[in-house]
Amino acid sequence: MALRLATRRMALAPQAFRRGMATAVETPASNLKETSDPNAKNKTFQIYRWNPDEPTSKPKMQSYTIDLNKTGPMMLDALIRIKNEVDPTLTFRRSCREGICGSCAMNIDGVNTLACLCRIPTDTTKESRIYPLPHTYVVKDLVPDMTQFYKQYKSIKPYLQRNTPPADGRENLQSKADRRKLDGLYECILCACCSTSCPSYWWNSEEYLGPAVLMQSYRWIADSRDEKTEQRKDDLNNSMSVYRCHTILNCSRTCPKGLNPGLAIAEIKKSLAFS
Amino acid sequence: MLPQRMAQQTLRRLAVQNPAYRFAIPTAAVASTNAFRLQRRLVATQSVSPEEATESILAKQRLVRPVAPHLSIYKPQITWYLSALERVTGCFLSAGFYVFGTLYLAAPMLGLHMESAVMAASFATWPLLIKFPLKAFVAWLFTFHGFNSLRHLVWDTASAIQNGTVNKTGWTVVGLSVASALGLAML
Repeated sequence: MALRLATRRMALAPQAFRRGMATAVETPASNLKETSDPNAKNKTFQIYRWNPDEPTSKPKMQSYTIDLNKTGPMMLDALIRIKNEVDPTLTFRRSCREGICGSCAMNIDGVNTLACLCRIPTDTTKESRIYPLPHTYVVKDLVPDMTQFYKQYKSIKPYLQRNTPPADGRENLQSKADRRKLDGLYECILCACCSTSCPSYWWNSEEYLGPAVLMQSYRWIADSRDEKTEQRKDDLNNSMSVYRCHTILNCSRTCPKGLNPGLAIAEIKKSLAFS
Repeated sequence: MLPQRMAQQTLRRLAVQNPAYRFAIPTAAVASTNAFRLQRRLVATQSVSPEEATESILAKQRLVRPVAPHLSIYKPQITWYLSALERVTGCFLSAGFYVFGTLYLAAPMLGLHMESAVMAASFATWPLLIKFPLKAFVAWLFTFHGFNSLRHLVWDTASAIQNGTVNKTGWTVVGLSVASALGLAML
């Protein structure tokens, strides 16, 4: 047992040494041997780093260069490869790698998106910059604190509210036309890309619900089976919850699932105005 | 087989309640029998209750967490740039309106001459290089705010909010406002 530990530590040593050398100004070529290959398609990634174990040190950008020929096509592939082969301390969330879990939401080249759905730009002369979701509290590196976001989601009661039992005693039926109203709303995976792209949400996230949560709110307002529609609208009818939306529309622009939170919020405002 | 498993389970339960290092000492007793294998840990663990974790550890962590960069790193896009411009032009226009209105009211008391004819005459004496850009700028504040506000009014009816349409109308407003501002400045 002791022997095994010792050998493992020895094998790790060069890796750890290289890691210690890695700073924002480090020449990227020292990261992996492959980058010296003449046929390599080297691309540099500048990644936001902050370690909670050293809370006094400022967040910094760290650069990693890897060969795109040996990397998968997506940003997430690059991140996973960097974590596996260059720097195991790089921290980020990921799970499904196909854009359905919403874990790998981050700011890539200035736009919020899912790393797993974002192709690595093949232009190797430009470096890619990766940040956590804007204006979130950073837990570590690319991991944002989503507590407030989830609390807000909980506050809109995202479930069917009914007082009357279904007519046939089994199911709450809905016409095809009514069901169609939920298309483009229910597909949201709550990755928070839209909310954290919204300047209004940056400045007012304490009280403004943000595009993602408002779209889910509208998903239940628009649901013909829900019987608390008026109460849901009442809850939103104040100066902060929905009216901090100034139709900036960064939300719809950035949604990695191609949904339209801006439109959903406009529908909420309209239904509040006409009720 | 069965007693071995029971022993393991008991140990696991004990390990949950007690720090592991307590078991690390009586190795001699254990080494003599192969009945069960004892887990040795190099690191002692301590259990923390959920309340304790949220109140002390998490609260302390949250105090030091940095805010991720936002305005400075977000890609310039027509959506939020025009929104910012809408606000800035609105501020300029309303500030100009209030400053001019107050001055106009107070002009007789201050001995200022702010009649249209006097102002036009004094403005006409300025050199063209200052006159034209200033006129164009003030006109643009008005035309941009006017055209872009139409866009906002349309959005409030929950229409024309698709990425393509928003882009198109946005650039249309930019073009229209600049052209009409230049036109107004040349009057």
